Amino acid sequence: MAHHGEHHYNLDQRFDFTASIKKSILTVLVIGAIILGIGIVLAMTGGHHEEGASAGEHAFHWYERLYASLWVNNVFFTGIAIIGVFFFAIQFAAQAGWSAPILRVMLSLGNWLPIAGVLMIATFFVANHDLFHWTHAYLFDQNDPQYDKIIDGKGAFFYWPMEKGTFPLFYIARMVLFFGFWVFFFNKFKQISAQEDQLGGSSYWYKMRSWSAYFLVFFAVSSSVSAWDWVMSIDTHWFSTLFGWYVFASWFVSGLSAITLIVLFLKGKGYLEMVNENHVHDLGKFVFGFSIFWTYLWFSQFLLIYYANIPEETVYFIERLSSDVYGPFIFVNLGLNFFLPFFVLMTRDSKRHGVFLKLVCTILLVGHWIDFTLMVQPGTLGHNGGLGLLEVGMFLVYGSLVAYVVLGALAKKNLIAKNHPMLEESYNHHI
Amino acid sequence: MERDTHFILGVYDDEDVLLHAVEKVRGSGVKIHEVYSPYPVHGLEHVLGYKRSKLPIAAFLFGMLGTSLALTMQFYMMKFDWPMIIGGKDYAAFPDFIPVSFEMTVLLAAFGMVGVFLITSNLKPWAQPRIFDLRSTDDKHILAIDLANNSSLELEKIKKILTDSGATEVNKKSFD
Repeated sequence: MAHHGEHHYNLDQRFDFTASIKKSILTVLVIGAIILGIGIVLAMTGGHHEEGASAGEHAFHWYERLYASLWVNNVFFTGIAIIGVFFFAIQFAAQAGWSAPILRVMLSLGNWLPIAGVLMIATFFVANHDLFHWTHAYLFDQNDPQYDKIIDGKGAFFYWPMEKGTFPLFYIARMVLFFGFWVFFFNKFKQISAQEDQLGGSSYWYKMRSWSAYFLVFFAVSSSVSAWDWVMSIDTHWFSTLFGWYVFASWFVSGLSAITLIVLFLKGKGYLEMVNENHVHDLGKFVFGFSIFWTYLWFSQFLLIYYANIPEETVYFIERLSSDVYGPFIFVNLGLNFFLPFFVLMTRDSKRHGVFLKLVCTILLVGHWIDFTLMVQPGTLGHNGGLGLLEVGMFLVYGSLVAYVVLGALAKKNLIAKNHPMLEESYNHHI
Repeated sequence: MERDTHFILGVYDDEDVLLHAVEKVRGSGVKIHEVYSPYPVHGLEHVLGYKRSKLPIAAFLFGMLGTSLALTMQFYMMKFDWPMIIGGKDYAAFPDFIPVSFEMTVLLAAFGMVGVFLITSNLKPWAQPRIFDLRSTDDKHILAIDLANNSSLELEKIKKILTDSGATEVNKKSFD
């Protein structure tokens, strides 16, 4: 209603990261670690009767599955973390007022970024050949029988200015640069937000808008390139020109789901009382809309490759659709990430009530994690992949660690940017 | 007094005054015929107690109709009427049909919604709209009360309620 009454909200509220919440998260962590442990043991003992080695492929080792699982979760949770920062920046670039009380929730996801960066680089150096085919030096040696002209042609993208097949300096430099700048912008946002808390005034809002614009330009490029580097380069021969967007869309839906879930969680605990069903409705619309956006990109990529029928492109989908391991998951992927949110979140009521949103957002997090598994596994594990205890355990371990880091950081500062100039507008938000 | 086609009109200058007035008028038991405003007033449907529009349901049904028509049309054409091999695929290759089905869904949902809206709003070309006050297309909000619906209330009392609620004028309007 358009009645502009007086609002008396506690703007100094802080999230209390209580022992019981910590205990629940650590319980999930321990359960995940146990499942992961059982999964590793099963993979170690059960992987020997595979016939892959005899078919001329390199012998499959159980730890490749562990590396692939680490990589899936690295990419997936890095995405959620950076989308928190991205969505925060979007609010300022778009001069949005409705989201003012939940800005800190978005930004808090970025706290995972430094850890994600270290994990990503460490996993790359440990897993190396086992994840990325292009790291083999013989591919670039013209005298070697396994010389690969196509990969040699792409070699400079990984190795420049070093000699191809030695140290992938350009690749590593990009990884360091992206994480470096993402963390830099994240800290900048935090810093400006903290100053605004102390001094107030709209100058900080303008400052934040400028920095958001710089970040968005950088993110536009870095999100696409990181998708090529971290995901598309696994299938080194294959390429898709919209892959960057596709990965971004998957990240965006996951990030929005994470933001929505944290907001609903905090509301359930009695915080953020100014956030009402109108704000929740807006978050729901974002989740709904970008689920469709993801599907649009998924289908655009699929249809063009299917229709044009060029062997070097279709191989990507043949590897997945005609595989016993991955075939069914293509449909699980579409079901969880499109049909379910599309039909459940279609009505206005389901977007305004937490129950439906909690359900859909949780499923979407799992769904897009499966999506990333489908991007990474076929190119690294071939027919030895799948979703087993190892993968589920690793997901729970990563998920609980991210939740612990994010909620821990959220508890350190005020939950609401109390001097944000658009808080009043947000209180009266009505749709 | 003949009350069948007689209306009492409250004229308001300000949308905030109007919103409170609607609440007050309804609160005193007067049934409001309709409110006419030059632009959409946020929250007006809410204070008028209007139920949510069923238009989205019509959109959904028309959308589904579009999907089914598009799929039927394509299957019939490609499988039976004029089979063609395109890109080495089957005659009835489902992925090929999705773009057209999507477009037909959007088209029929949009057309269906517009059609249903026109019909339910009585916006047919030969409709004779009742103009209560021409200024409702310019700078005044007009609150119309149908006397036939408020036969239990005194005329003077209704007028007083309107004046008390902040109406700048209270007029009477009759239609033949």
